[in-house]
Order: sequence, then C-alpha cells, then structure tokens
Amino acid sequence: MHDLGFDIAHFLAGGMVVTSFLLLYQARLSALINVFALHSLVLTLAVGWQAFIQHAPHLYVTAGIALVFKALMIPTALHRIVRRLGIHRTLEVVGGVGRDMLAGAALVALAILVMLPVTATADPLAREDLAFALAVVLLGLLLMVTRQNAVSLVIGFMSLENGLVLAAAGARGMPLAVEISVAFSVLIALIVIGIFLFRIRERFDSVDMQAMDAFREERRR
Amino acid sequence: MILSLLLSLPVALLTVSGAAVFAHRHPGRSRGIYSATLVLSTVALCVVLIHWLGGHTPATLTLPIGLPWLGAHFRLDALAAFFLVVVNLGGAVASLFALGYGQHEPAPERVLPFFPAFLAGMNLVLLADDAFIFLFAWEFMSLSSWALVLAHHREVANVRAGYLYLVMACFGTLALLLSFGLLAGPQGGYDFATMRAAQLTPGLAALTLVLALLGAGSKAGLVPLHVWLPLAHPAAPSHVSALMSGVMTKVAVYGFIRIVFDLLGEPMAWWWGGLVLSLGGVSAVLGVLYALMQHDLKRLLAYHTVENIGIIFIGLGLALAFQANQMYASAALALTAALFHVLNHSLFKSLLFLGTGAVLTATGERDMERLGGLIHPMPWTALAFLIGAAAISALPPLNGFVSEWLTFQAILLTPELPQWMLKFLAPAVGALLALSAALAAACFVKAFGITFLGRPRSPAAAQARETDRYSLAALFILAALCLLAGILPGLVVDGLAPIVGLLNGGAHLTAQHGQPWLTLAPVAEVKSSYNGLLVLLFMALSGSLAVLLIHRLASDVARRGPAWDCGFPESSPMTQYTAGSFAQPIRRVFGSVVFQAREQVTMPPPGDARAARLEVQLQDPVWDLGYAPITAAVIAVSTRFNVLQYLTIRRYLSLVFGALVLLLLGMVLWR
Repeated sequence: MHDLGFDIAHFLAGGMVVTSFLLLYQARLSALINVFALHSLVLTLAVGWQAFIQHAPHLYVTAGIALVFKALMIPTALHRIVRRLGIHRTLEVVGGVGRDMLAGAALVALAILVMLPVTATADPLAREDLAFALAVVLLGLLLMVTRQNAVSLVIGFMSLENGLVLAAAGARGMPLAVEISVAFSVLIALIVIGIFLFRIRERFDSVDMQAMDAFREERRR
Repeated sequence: MILSLLLSLPVALLTVSGAAVFAHRHPGRSRGIYSATLVLSTVALCVVLIHWLGGHTPATLTLPIGLPWLGAHFRLDALAAFFLVVVNLGGAVASLFALGYGQHEPAPERVLPFFPAFLAGMNLVLLADDAFIFLFAWEFMSLSSWALVLAHHREVANVRAGYLYLVMACFGTLALLLSFGLLAGPQGGYDFATMRAAQLTPGLAALTLVLALLGAGSKAGLVPLHVWLPLAHPAAPSHVSALMSGVMTKVAVYGFIRIVFDLLGEPMAWWWGGLVLSLGGVSAVLGVLYALMQHDLKRLLAYHTVENIGIIFIGLGLALAFQANQMYASAALALTAALFHVLNHSLFKSLLFLGTGAVLTATGERDMERLGGLIHPMPWTALAFLIGAAAISALPPLNGFVSEWLTFQAILLTPELPQWMLKFLAPAVGALLALSAALAAACFVKAFGITFLGRPRSPAAAQARETDRYSLAALFILAALCLLAGILPGLVVDGLAPIVGLLNGGAHLTAQHGQPWLTLAPVAEVKSSYNGLLVLLFMALSGSLAVLLIHRLASDVARRGPAWDCGFPESSPMTQYTAGSFAQPIRRVFGSVVFQAREQVTMPPPGDARAARLEVQLQDPVWDLGYAPITAAVIAVSTRFNVLQYLTIRRYLSLVFGALVLLLLGMVLWR
C-alpha cells in the first residue's frame, strides 16, 4: 500500500505545512509574500500530483488555477500594493517567534489528533491530506491572529484558503465549478481588500492595525 | 388527475399575484384580481366537493421538485379535502366581498399581490405530503399574511403587530420543524407515509406532541401563544382579517390534527388529552374575557378567535383522551364536534369580520364608542351581522349551537374514562366552556347593541350608508350557510364521518341521514338529540304568532318614538349606554382578578370646568408573566454582549480562532 505515489503526496502535503511555518516568522512583508507564492507553488504541485495518481483530469485545472492565480497573480499584485504603499521595507514586529512556533506545533498535533480518528475508514491518502489541510488552515488562522499589518492578514487568509483547496483535492476532488467559483471569489476578495487597504491608508496614513485601534480609542492591555 | 388539477390552482393564484405586481397602475386591477381569485377559489371548492361526493379515494402525486433526494409529495385525503373546502369557501367569499370592499383600499398595491399568494400558500399546506413542502408552504402562508398585516404600515401599532407576528411565526415554524425532525427520525424519512409507518418511543412521541402544540398553537392562537393574534388580525384589511381569523387559524388546526392524530398515530398516554384539553379550556375563557374588555370591533372579533380555537382544542383534547383509552365511539363524537366547530367558526367569523369591514367602509370607524344606530342606514348589514353574532353566541337554530352542543355531549361521556385526573378535569373544562359560551353571548350583545342600535355617537356614524351589493352578497351567502349548517347538522355530521374514521381507527358516528325528521342523535336518541329544523319552525311560528297577537291586541301601525325615552332627557348621544358601561359589571367580577383591572375616577375640584375622568387600567397576565420576563432577559443578555460589537479585527479573529481550537480540542477529548 505504501507505494511511491502515496509517499510523494504525503511529502508535498507535509511541504505545505512546513511552508506555513515559514510564513509564521517572516518579519518583512516582501519576504512574506514570496513565501506565500512558494506556499501556492507547493499547493500546485500537491494538487497536480493528486490529479496524476487519482487519474482525475479536472484536478489539473485546479492545479493550473492555483499556479496562475495564487502563485503568480496574487503575489505580483500584493508586491505592487506593498510597493505603492511604501511599506515593502517595513519590518513588522513579530512577537516571540518561539512562542508562535510552539503554538503552531501544538495546532498541527491537534489537527492530526482530530482528523486521524474521525477518518479511520477513509482512504489513507485522503486521511493524511485532510489532517495536513486542517493544520494549514489552523496555521493560517494563527498567522492572522498574531499579525498587526493588514497585508499580513490578507496573506494569512489566502494561505488558509490554500489549505481548503488541499483538503478538497485529497477528498477525491471537489466539482470543478465549485473550485472555479472559489478561485474567483478569492480573487474578488483580493481586489476588495486591496481597495480597502488604500482607503485605509488614505484615512490613517498607515495600514498598521494598531493605528486604527488607537483611532477607535481602544485601550491596549 | 384531481390532484394535478388542484395543484394547478395555487400555481394559477401565484400567476395572478405576479399579474398584480405588474398591473400596478391599471385602473381596474383590483376588480380583475379579486374576480380571478373568486373564480379560482370557486373552481377549487367545486372540484373538492365533487371529489368528496364521488367517494373521496385518496390521491397521491410526486413531483421532481423540492429537495433533490425527496421530491415533492402531494396527497388529497378526506382530512385535506375537508380543510380545502373550508379554505376555498372562505377564499371565494372574501374575494366576492373584496370586489366591492377593495375599491376603498387606500394602498391596493400593498394588498393585491399578496392576497392570491396567501390563498395559494394555504392551499399548498393542505395538499403537502412531506415535511419540506408542508413547512415551505406554511412559511409562505405566514410571510404573505405578514405582508398583508403590514399593508397599512404607516400606523405605528401595525408595525409592532407585524413584528410580533413575525417573531411568533418564526417560533412556531421552528417548533414544527423540530417536531417533523423527531417524526422523521435519524434516517430522515421526511415524507408523511414514512412518518406514519415509523414508531416513536413514548418520550419522543410526547415531545413531538408538545412541539406540534407549540407550533400549530402559536399559529392558531392558543393561550399563552395568542399574543400576536389580536394585534395582527385586525391590522390587515377586513377581507384579509376574515381569511386570517376564519381560515388561517383552521390551517393551523389542520397542522395539529395532521401531526398528532395522523402521523403520530395512537396517543400513548392519557395526559396528552389532558394537556390539550386544559389549554383549550383556558383559551376559551381567557379569549372571551379579553374580548369583553375590547371596544375595538375588529380586535374584539380577533379575541373571539382565541376563544373558538379553545373550543376546537377542547374537542381535540377529549378525542385524544378517549383514544388513549380505546373508547373510539366517544372519540368519534369529540372529533366530530371539533371538526364541525372548525367549519362553523370559519363561517361565522368570516361573516363577522366582513360585516365589520362593511361598517368600516361606511363610517371609517372601528371603535364601538364612536358607532351606534347603524341599523337604520345599514339594515342588511345589520341583519347579516346579527345572524353571525347569534351563531357565534351558540344560539339555536344556528350552527354555533350544534358544535358546542356536540362538545358538551362529548364532555358528558367523560365520566366513563378510567383516569381520575381526567374525570375531574373534564367537568371543570365543561364549566369553563359553559362560562365562555355565556360570556360570548354577553360580548355579542354588546358588539351588536352598541354598534347597530341606539343613536350614532359620531358624525361619521350618522352619515353611514348601506354597503355595496357584492359585499352584501358575500355576507348573506355566509349567513345562509350558518343557518343551513344549523338546521341540517345531520348532513354535516355525515359528511365529516370519513375524516373521523380516518383519524379514529375507522370508528365514526352512526349515519344521521336515516334519523326521522333530520334529528341529530350522536350517541343514542334516548340519551340526547337535537333537531335544528324543529327549533327553527317553532321559533318562526311562535315569533310570528307573538307579532300577530301584539299587533292585533295593541295597534298594527309601526310607531317611531324617541329612543329610550325614559330617563333620557338630554339629547346628546354621549349620554347613551356605551361599550364601556356594558362591560363594566363583567370587568368588576372577572377583570379585577384576571386582569387586575383598576378604575380611577378623577374629579376636578369645585370651580374647575374640566370634565371628570374615569380611567380603567388593565394588565395582561399572559404578557406580564410569560413574555415580559423573556423580553427582559433578551434585552439584558444583548446589552451584556453589546461589547462584542466594538472589538478590533484582531480580537474578532482571535475569538473565531479560539472557538475553533476549543471545539477541535473538545472533539479530541470527547472521543
């Protein structure tokens, strides 16, 4: 049962989890975007490999969408936004890398503990994929929670979405129509978020969430 | 075949709705729409009646719409056919009335599109044979009637009524949804045939009963779920009020009967009947007491709906109690009484609401204190209203008497029940029923006397004119049906026999058409019998004899003298007996206990020219004890959680994240 195809799928899905960890401690926004592009690239490979071993041609389209939109277009657009906002050299204060890494590791353990017993009867390929996908989703959420900058929030959201696509591809693929609509909604979300980023900057001269909190007279504890 | 014909009618009604939306500036649209609904309802009525006379074999139909794995199941059996008659009769008469009444509607574009849709919704509920279609049609009916309640949305009271109605309708549908969920079981057999075959454990069955009682009871207006009804029903235009009060509450009763008597099967414990019985008794008395305190004609009628729904549920509760003890003959009597009252209430409540609509068009007033003396300008409306008032007060020879008499007959059979609780409860409910019948009579003496007799209390009432002939035709059709059902009750009872048999394991009352002189003898002739025809003949004979004698012995010219000349020196109409004066003795006896009624007289000091004031304060015990704590709790909780509205994005994200991680952890630890 443990053949090469399974091992490669396992490796690629695990690769996504590792890339998610990479995302967690990137302090510089440009680097964060680059790692996100890498994350999407690994997703493309993982989905493409799933298409190959499942003999599911429509998954190639999914992989193609991931490559074009998430690995190329969205990172390019984000780079442009960051440059136009003039924050590409900004160092974002990432509170305790060690703490985030530990929390991330705990989340991965949690994902595996949750997924493996639930899917005991499922295909082992889908099981591993689902566990890793849940881990990627949780790490994306962790990224969104720990970051201050609005652009980082966007990246966290996109990486979370990558996790969803991984789950869908593993579970014998979701219908293509759904996949395409999800891809487009993510693209629309990017556009809307991009516009909002500029609007926010116009108002507050910053896209740092703390500046907005200060504006709302939110007391920091 | 018959089912597809009947199903095409709601579709046609919806098309009419659509047409009403688009024909929105056309001058003759109101008449066109109501003619269309009149024709469609009459066709539906005729089709169902022909099917009924032709042997009423159940028809089923499954369409590939609705939920993909379920389809849409429709079925026409005796129970559905009976309620279809009630709905479409009410719909046809209300449409006929609206042909004249609708001309006076200030905002027809807010009424016309929803009226046919409302009728279509009610028809669909009755034809549904799976939970999805049933709930869909039920919600459709609720929402379209909600839109009609808000037809005159500029009045603040109507907006509140609409809001309360929406909340209660959502609650009711939730309860029904849960009860269907229990019936469907974990396999999710949502069509009624599967539910009928399934066996529930006693605990789950009792829970289903309670949920059905909450869901259907909130739509029907059972105390304590009635709070929305007296606000919402009067807020709609009168022909819609007639439909909501006379017909939609019956659809709710249908829902209850369908779930409890048909889908659940045999009742599993005697207390089921006891619960329904006591709720019915409380509704009957509280409804009529509320009604007595009202001086708004439409709201008074709406409270009477609560009372009559109580009477229907008394019959249903008795039937449940008898069925739980395998006394099917007695259960048949109780069920017949309940179903008969369903028909009767739909007839006379529609009649009374339509009569009020006629008064409203003629005077623009609903407040009885500003009406009076309308019998002179509107003699025909007054006659029809009087017949309706006598019928709802359960006076023979009209139909209201027959069904309440049958309910009493069923109560008289309860000593044979083995459970002591029921032995005590049923006579108590019988006493409540008797009390409510007497109070209803008092209430309608007030309603008719203050509105139509005496002298006009306002210029508007003085300038009233008789209503148009469409409205009068509608009123007299209903009045004639009230009389017919009253003097030929045996025919109605025979017509109800197949439904009673369907719900009662095959047992129904003995056929009445063989009885001599069209007598109604539900149990045995030696025990009790009633003959409406003979009562009518006797009343007609003795009445004409009395008139003849008086005119012979006194004088045969009609004299017109000053009204109530004795002790009536002042010519101002304000010195007349008012609705408030009429209700005062009853308010003193019952109101001080039930409503904590307080009267306060403010006398100005000597030398002050201001008028003295008499103020009456009433408190609604149901609202104060049942609803006020709930609203207070909701407000307290939402104030406490108001902080959550003003968090930062990161806090929100952290909340989501924390909740997800907690749930996942729970899953891991719990397994």
